[in-house]
Amino acid sequence: MTAEATRAQERPVTLELAREFGLSEAEYKNALEILGRVPTFTEMGIISVMWSEHCSYKSSKRWLKTLPTTGPQVICGPGENAGVVDIGDGDTVIFKMESHNHPSYIEPYQGAATGVGGILRDVFTMGARPIANMNALRFGAPDHPKTRHLVAGVVSGIGGYGNCVGVPTVGGETNFHPAYNGNILVNAMTVGVAKADNIFYSAAAGIGNPVVYVGSKTGRDGIHGATMASAEFTEDSEEKRPTVQVGDPFTEKLLIEACLELMATDAIVAIQDMGAAGLTSSSVEMAGKGGLGIELTLDSLPMREQAMTPYEIMLSESQERMLIILKPGREEVAKAIFDKWELDFAVIGTLTDTGNLVIKMYGETWCDMPIAPVSNAAPEYDRPWEPTPAAAEVPDSVFDGYSLSLGEALETLFACPDLASKRWIWEQYDSLVGGDTRFMSGQADAAVVRVPGQTKAVAITTDCTPRYCLADPVRGGAQAVAEAWRNLSAVGALPLAITDNMNFGNPEKPRIMGQFVGAVQGISQACTALDFPVVSGNVSLYNETNGEAILPTPAIGAVGTLPDAMIAVGIAFQAEGDVILAIGEPGRHIGQSLFLREILGREDGPPPPVDLAVERRNGDFVRGLIREGLVASSHDVADGGLIVTIAEMALASGIGAHLPALDNAHPRVLFGEDQARYVLAVRPDVAATVQEKAKAAGVPVTVLGETRGAALSSSAGEIVSLKRLKDVNERWLPTYMAAES
Amino acid sequence: MKAAIVVFPGSNRERDAVAALEAASGTKPYLVWHRDTELPKVDLIVVPGGFSYGDYLRSGAMAAHSPIMREVKARADQGVRVLGVCNGFQIITEAGLLPGALMRNGGLKFVCRVQHLRVENTDSPFTAKYAKGQIVRYPVAHGDGNYWADADTIRRLEGEGQVAFRYVADETRADPRGNPNGSVSDIAGIFNAKRTVLGLMPHPEDAVEGLHGNTDGKPMFDGLVEALS
Repeated sequence: MTAEATRAQERPVTLELAREFGLSEAEYKNALEILGRVPTFTEMGIISVMWSEHCSYKSSKRWLKTLPTTGPQVICGPGENAGVVDIGDGDTVIFKMESHNHPSYIEPYQGAATGVGGILRDVFTMGARPIANMNALRFGAPDHPKTRHLVAGVVSGIGGYGNCVGVPTVGGETNFHPAYNGNILVNAMTVGVAKADNIFYSAAAGIGNPVVYVGSKTGRDGIHGATMASAEFTEDSEEKRPTVQVGDPFTEKLLIEACLELMATDAIVAIQDMGAAGLTSSSVEMAGKGGLGIELTLDSLPMREQAMTPYEIMLSESQERMLIILKPGREEVAKAIFDKWELDFAVIGTLTDTGNLVIKMYGETWCDMPIAPVSNAAPEYDRPWEPTPAAAEVPDSVFDGYSLSLGEALETLFACPDLASKRWIWEQYDSLVGGDTRFMSGQADAAVVRVPGQTKAVAITTDCTPRYCLADPVRGGAQAVAEAWRNLSAVGALPLAITDNMNFGNPEKPRIMGQFVGAVQGISQACTALDFPVVSGNVSLYNETNGEAILPTPAIGAVGTLPDAMIAVGIAFQAEGDVILAIGEPGRHIGQSLFLREILGREDGPPPPVDLAVERRNGDFVRGLIREGLVASSHDVADGGLIVTIAEMALASGIGAHLPALDNAHPRVLFGEDQARYVLAVRPDVAATVQEKAKAAGVPVTVLGETRGAALSSSAGEIVSLKRLKDVNERWLPTYMAAES
Repeated sequence: MKAAIVVFPGSNRERDAVAALEAASGTKPYLVWHRDTELPKVDLIVVPGGFSYGDYLRSGAMAAHSPIMREVKARADQGVRVLGVCNGFQIITEAGLLPGALMRNGGLKFVCRVQHLRVENTDSPFTAKYAKGQIVRYPVAHGDGNYWADADTIRRLEGEGQVAFRYVADETRADPRGNPNGSVSDIAGIFNAKRTVLGLMPHPEDAVEGLHGNTDGKPMFDGLVEALS
């Protein structure tokens, strides 16, 4: 390969090319103005990915700035690779959730696998050993022809990557809805732990310091992946398969160990993974944050393919690669570590005082442009938006003609795709490697993972109820945060902070932009009221196909902490004869409930109101009880309402519940999805104490019955046997997936 | 008891094994890197779980040819106890310490769950602390755990008491056979002829403390410490 041959592959830089690269005419003109000339082909490619929605957050930035991001627990908020939160004793938790939606639809196995790989790198880049992965998945309607294939591929991809790198996948959530038929959501979250005095950041420093490339070799995979993730899908999206990257979890495992080993020395100035827009975004961001220039000579960069051009190298999204700024003279120390782990290591450049990004190869310069003006000129839009109109309340007449027995209604709900057991999925994930998993999500409202080598633990959850967000984005956004906070409290953890993964349709449509703005407002309200700041996040827009948008899905990933993993409480009943208590007001709200959709066949009404003061009071109360050792089992009331919550506690244990207090209860009481509520089981000898404490705290508490037998029962006898309920609950997903050939 | 854990690129359950061995013996095991050619003087060698070399070839096939495995075989020949768990079982089988092969799970999917097992032979330091026929629960987490050997070998394994653990049904789950991977004769783990080498797919090291939900794996490590100290 020569400079001649490279030039022969380049195309003239014109407005047409800029458009093809995803830029608007105004953006192209802006580029000409900043450079004072026509950019080179390589520069045009670099500018286009830097200014893509995916990398520049141009539609969302204005609103993301309004989120609360500070608190005494926050060590590092948004802007770095992941958020960092203090958990005491000099320890920190580092975490983030990120989407890999577009690639996962086009190539589900590799799309999901590389989503896991990417989020792992964001976390260990900062010096953390990853201790848990979670994921939030949304698929189309089960009867859509692609759904089964996508479920199989995504689950297999997540497992294939996570199992091999040896980080336990401890849970998540999976929903099905026709709005995701053309755009599935794959949101992956990684949680790691690091010492507070050994956290690594991405700002470059030290003119003349060496720039080092480590990890896998660079190939042509993923070129313009960030651009693909910044546009709507059409029927020909299949043709974009070459822009999906291929993952290598074995190399990632080596990269984790090598980076952590290097981080134990004092050789590193700054480090960043090569994620979206690969070497472009890592080099530009690192130099930009440090206010420096960077000069790269690509001839010695490890390449997987022959005859690559500087344009291809700068835009490649090959996986498992990191960029490191070393202290001068530490190259040999670092190289020895990467040699031990059999990973590529190459010094590819130096930091300069010019403020420019300079790319040299084949004896010529292919890019020489100022970093700050190009970065700062990344567009920021105040897109027009309109609020979602308020939905009318669901009238009482919806219950006219409702004649199912409670047992029949429960069987219907437990067999519906959203509530059906996801065992088929989570049995494909190694949830135990590391030996520190106390609970997977499903066994408890939040996963609980012990900090390696210690007694304390981190609790982790992911939450979002997209149907609520569609009906009322503000309330839905607040509800997602409140439910995450509640799930952490329900295991006894002190909620600390969240990461938000904002999945929406095309922001150029005011209705969709209004959903985004509303969700941000709701998240803001809840985070502020609950002292639960946002420390990292990710935005995925343009989740539309042929003009059909997904449900607005602001997925919330949240972490909390427990002083001892063993004080955490799960949902399973522990013994017969325990007293079952409802914490919170009786249910009333049926709008947007699962009961309304699955039993009455309607998806309407407003979502349940969110009262953040009540949320906080009830959650603090439940957490306090758990920490005093007064609670045997605990489960928050969510999808399906009170009776579904109790049935889940029974199914998790095989111990039934006798519930005379619910004899003849109205469906609103049984299935209402009012917020800020919990069901607890407590030993009979502490039941009175718990009730007194509730009274003192001003928290409503109701005795519902006791744990008993192997069925749910009322005064009139059996409602439904657990065997029957378990059977319908466990049957749906494996039966559905068995048709995948 | 002094133990060494052999670490390959891609091993990922060595920390679990360290914790279980340290808790049982009070001594930190040695971690031996795959490129080393010598092992310290130890009573037990553990080949842990994971995805050595990514298992991009047949599981365990690459690791079986690592320099350190020559030394492991030599020590095994001298009677040093060897425990291979999951990927470790695959590696020591590929290395010829045990007969047979581990194939892709019958269901073609990775399986992670708590698994019921029956202890088939207690005449070994690995199993001495269990009762013959005792049902125990260890987690499984593997994609290639489908043990296979030809009929003569299976007859010999059964006849000589070399079957250590067998998968059994758990009455609470739908699958009546309880076998997570389709292995022949429901075999979960086997001994060599002298019962100094044990390979098994399930993870006793992930069932040794309250946090794990059960401690059924602990007697294996306690038994080893008692026999080898």
